[in-house]
Amino acid sequence: MSVLESKIPEGPIEKKWTKHKNEINLVNPANKRNIDIIVVGTGLAGGSAAATLAELGYNVKTFCFQDSPRRAHSIAAQGGINASKNYQGDGDSDYRLFYDTVKGGDYRSREANVYRLAEVSSNIIDQCVAQGVPFAREYGGLLDNRSFGGVLVSRTFYAKGQTGQQLLLGAYSAMNRQINRGKIQSFNRHEMMDLVLVDGKARGIIARNLVTGEIERHSAHAVVLASGGYGNVFYLSTNAMGSNVMAAWRAHRKGAFFANPCFTQIHPTCIPVSGDLQSKLTLMSESLRNDGRIWVPKHEKDAKAIREGKLKPTEIAEEDRDYYLERRYPAFGNLVPRDVASRAAKERCDAGYGVNKTGQAVYLDFKAAIERYGKEKAFTSGHKNPSKEEIIKLGEEVVESKYGNLFEMYEKITDQNPYKTPMMIFPAVHYTMGGLWVDYNLMTTIPGCYAAGEANFSDHGANRLGASALMQGLADGYFVLPYTIGDYLAEDIRTGAISTETEEFEAAEKDVKDRIQRLFDAKGKNPVDYYHKKLGKIMWDKCGMSRNAKELQEAMEEIKELRDDFWANVRVTGKAETKNAELEKAGRVADFLELGELFAKDALERNESCGGHFREEYQTEDGEALRDDENFRFVSAWEYVGNPRDAKLHKEQLEFENIELKTRSYK
Amino acid sequence: MKLKLKIWRQEDAQAKGGFQNYDVDGIDGDMSFLEMLDVLNNNLVNEGIEPIEFDHDCREGICGSCSLQINGEPHGPDRRITTCQLHMRKFKDGDEIVIEPFRAKAFPVVKDLVIDRSAFDRIQHAGGYISVNTSGNTQDANSIPIEKQNADDSFYAATCIGCGACVAACKNASAMLFTSAKVSQFALLPQGEVEAHERVISMVNQMDKEGFGNCTNTGACYVECPKGISLENIARLNREYLSASVFS
Repeated sequence: MSVLESKIPEGPIEKKWTKHKNEINLVNPANKRNIDIIVVGTGLAGGSAAATLAELGYNVKTFCFQDSPRRAHSIAAQGGINASKNYQGDGDSDYRLFYDTVKGGDYRSREANVYRLAEVSSNIIDQCVAQGVPFAREYGGLLDNRSFGGVLVSRTFYAKGQTGQQLLLGAYSAMNRQINRGKIQSFNRHEMMDLVLVDGKARGIIARNLVTGEIERHSAHAVVLASGGYGNVFYLSTNAMGSNVMAAWRAHRKGAFFANPCFTQIHPTCIPVSGDLQSKLTLMSESLRNDGRIWVPKHEKDAKAIREGKLKPTEIAEEDRDYYLERRYPAFGNLVPRDVASRAAKERCDAGYGVNKTGQAVYLDFKAAIERYGKEKAFTSGHKNPSKEEIIKLGEEVVESKYGNLFEMYEKITDQNPYKTPMMIFPAVHYTMGGLWVDYNLMTTIPGCYAAGEANFSDHGANRLGASALMQGLADGYFVLPYTIGDYLAEDIRTGAISTETEEFEAAEKDVKDRIQRLFDAKGKNPVDYYHKKLGKIMWDKCGMSRNAKELQEAMEEIKELRDDFWANVRVTGKAETKNAELEKAGRVADFLELGELFAKDALERNESCGGHFREEYQTEDGEALRDDENFRFVSAWEYVGNPRDAKLHKEQLEFENIELKTRSYK
Repeated sequence: MKLKLKIWRQEDAQAKGGFQNYDVDGIDGDMSFLEMLDVLNNNLVNEGIEPIEFDHDCREGICGSCSLQINGEPHGPDRRITTCQLHMRKFKDGDEIVIEPFRAKAFPVVKDLVIDRSAFDRIQHAGGYISVNTSGNTQDANSIPIEKQNADDSFYAATCIGCGACVAACKNASAMLFTSAKVSQFALLPQGEVEAHERVISMVNQMDKEGFGNCTNTGACYVECPKGISLENIARLNREYLSASVFS
C-alpha cells in the first residue's frame, strides 16, 4: 500500500461528509482553550479558518507578510463564487457542481473532496450574507447570479468585479471579532521561514518579523498553511508581488509531499505584456466572457496590418473576423474552460493572427453585447423605435453597470477605451492547482500540518473552473478544516503548552539564520530580480502553455544552473536586522528556484495532456489534449530527498465511482 | 524619459528622515509608477546602495498596500487610482517628482516610504463586523430580501481598500471617510442593524484614541480617494453616532 492514505470515508458519495463528521473525534470546549493553532496566510482560506477555529475556542495565531490580513491576494479575485443554490431554477444541484468541477479539472481530482466542496457551497453564501457581504442583487431584493466558463448554468454569486475583496473583508471582519475577543493574535508583517517538527509532528514555526528583522519562535499543537499558490515562479503572473511558495516549500523540505506541481492555470483573459520592465500582469475577469466575444482577423494580412498600426479592429468587417472559440466549440462558445480558451488563443497567435505590436494578443469585443443590451433597455423603457446612437448609449450604460470597474482598470493600464474599441487580451499565469498533498482531512503528510485553499492540491485537478477558488478557500476555512482538525487535536488535550526552548526550535532557528547569512555572503553582482526574471522566462518558454520532453529537460538543467549562480552571485543589500525588501525577495526567489525544477520534472514525467498541462507529444488530431487514463490516472505526490530532481514520486490512484471517465468535450 | 526624483529616506521609526535626490533614465510611458521605482531600485542595488522601501503588493489597485504622496498628492496626480495604477504617461521627460510617505500622526513611518497603518486595523477590531458565528448555522441567503439600492450603497461603501489616502489628504489627518465607510456598509444592511449603535460608538472611540484629527468637512478625502468613497458615508456616520448617543 502506498504511504499516501487519502482517508476517504466509506459509503455513498453524498453521505461521506456527514458520516465522517459524525464519526471523527471532537475536542470539548474546555479543552480547546488549552490548544494553540498557527495559521499562516490570511486570505480566504486562512482568514476564514482562523476566525472559525478561534470561535470554536482554540487559541489562534495568524501570520501574514502584508501589513494587514485584509491585504492577502484573495482580495484581487474579481468575478465571483460558485454555489449550487439553484436560485435561478436552471437545474443546478450539488451533483452538477461536483460533476462540472471534476470534468473541468479533466478528471485529475479526488471525487470525495470535490463532492464535499459542492455540498458545502450553498452554506458559504448563507454565511457570507449573514456576515454582511454585499453581493449583487436584483430589483426584487434577491441575490443575482452570472455564468462562468465550463458550465451551462448560472451559479456564480458576485459583487461587481470585486467579489474577492468583499469575501475577504467578510473573513477579515470575522477575524476582527475574534481579535477583539483576544482569541486571535495576529502577527502582520511576519513571514514564516521554517516549519518546526517535534517527534515528527508539526509543532511550530520560525518567523521573521519583517520590520525589525528579528527571528521568532512560535509553537502550537497544529500548523495550518494557507499561504496561497506559487504562480510567481513564472515571475510575470496575476499574483501579487509578494505571493510566494516559502511556507509550503519549507514544509515540503520537512516532509510534506508536493502534489502535481505542473498543474498551473494560464488564464485566457489578461492584459497583454507591454514591455520588458513590466512587473506583473493584470487579469480581466472571466465574467467578461459572458458578454465579450473573442476574435482575431480571419485573414493574416489584416492581422499584419493591425500589428503595423495600419488598420484598426473596428474597421474589420464582421465577415472578416474569426470568432475562433465559437467556431471550434459551438456548444460552449466563449465560455469554454480556461485551459481550452488559453490554448486556442496561443494557437491563433502562433499561426500569425495575433493583434498587438508583439503579435501576442487577441480581441475581446463588447460591441454585440452593447447593442443587445441597448436594444433591450430601450424597449423596456418604452422606446420601441430607438436610433442606433440611443441603443449604443443605453447599451454602454448597461455594460458599465456590470463591468464598469474592469473597463476602467483596462483603460488606466492601456490608455484605450474598451467601450469603443475591443479589448486586447492574452493568457497569463493565474493560479496553481498543484500544491501540498493533503488527505480528506486536509492534513499533509506531516502529522499536524494542514494545508488549505490554493496551497493544497485537492479540488481542482488539472484545471480550475472560474469562481471556484473563492468557493474552495472558504469551504476549507469555514466548514472543513475546523471540523477535521479536531480529530487530530483530540489526542493533544493533555499535551499542554509546547515549549519553544527545545533543540528542535534551536536547530530550526539556526538553519534560518544561516540561510539568511548565506544570502548576504554571496555578495555578488546581480540583484534578486535578475534571477527571478530569468527563472520566469525559462518557466514561460519551456513549462508554459505547451510543453515537450526536450524543453522540459532543458528547463531542469537551466534552472539548476541558475540556482547555483544565484547562491554564488546574488547581491542582497542592507542588513538582516531591519526592514529589508531585497532580503525578503531573495528568500522567496531561492525557493522558487527549487520549486521550478520540481515543476519541470513533474511535467516531464506526466506523459499525457490533461487540463492546463499540455504536452505537445500527446494531442488529438484536431489539437485537443489527449489524456491517458490507463497510465496517469493518479496524483503525483513528490517527496523531498535533497535535490528537486531526485524527488521521489508517490502515486495516489484516483478512483471514479460516480462520474464516468470521458474525453472532455466542449464542442 | 528621464526624471529627477526627490525621495524621502528614513532608516527607521526613530531616525530623522530627509530627502535624497536620484536621477532615473529609460522610463517608458506604459510603465507604472512603481515599475519606475523598481528600475531605480535595481540601479541602486547595482551600485551597492540600499534600495528604497515602499509598500506594494497586488499592483492592480485593490489590496491597498501602496501609498505614496507624489508631488503633494496621495497616489499622485491622476484621480480614482492607487499609486500602482498611476502610469508614467502622466509625466514628461525632465519632470521633477517629489515622493514622500503619507503624513499623519497616526501613521508613523516604518522605513523610507513605508508607514504603519495598523491604527486602521484597530478601528476595525473595535466593531467592524457582524457578530455572527462562522460555522455555518445560518438561514438561507435569500430569506431576507434587501432593496437593491441599499445593497448597492452598502457595496460601494465596502469597496474602501484601507489605503489611508483620505487621512493623508486631510489637513486634520482625519479618518472619518474610512471609518464611515465601514459603519455605512453594515448600517445599510438588515444584518448589521442589530449592533449598529454599539458599532458606531466603539469605532469612533477607537478612531479618536488612535490620534486621528477631527472632520471639518473639506471633502479633500473624497477627492483623493482611489475608490471614490462618497461623503454621504460621513453624513451617515454622524447620523448613526448621534442616534446612538441619544438612544443608548
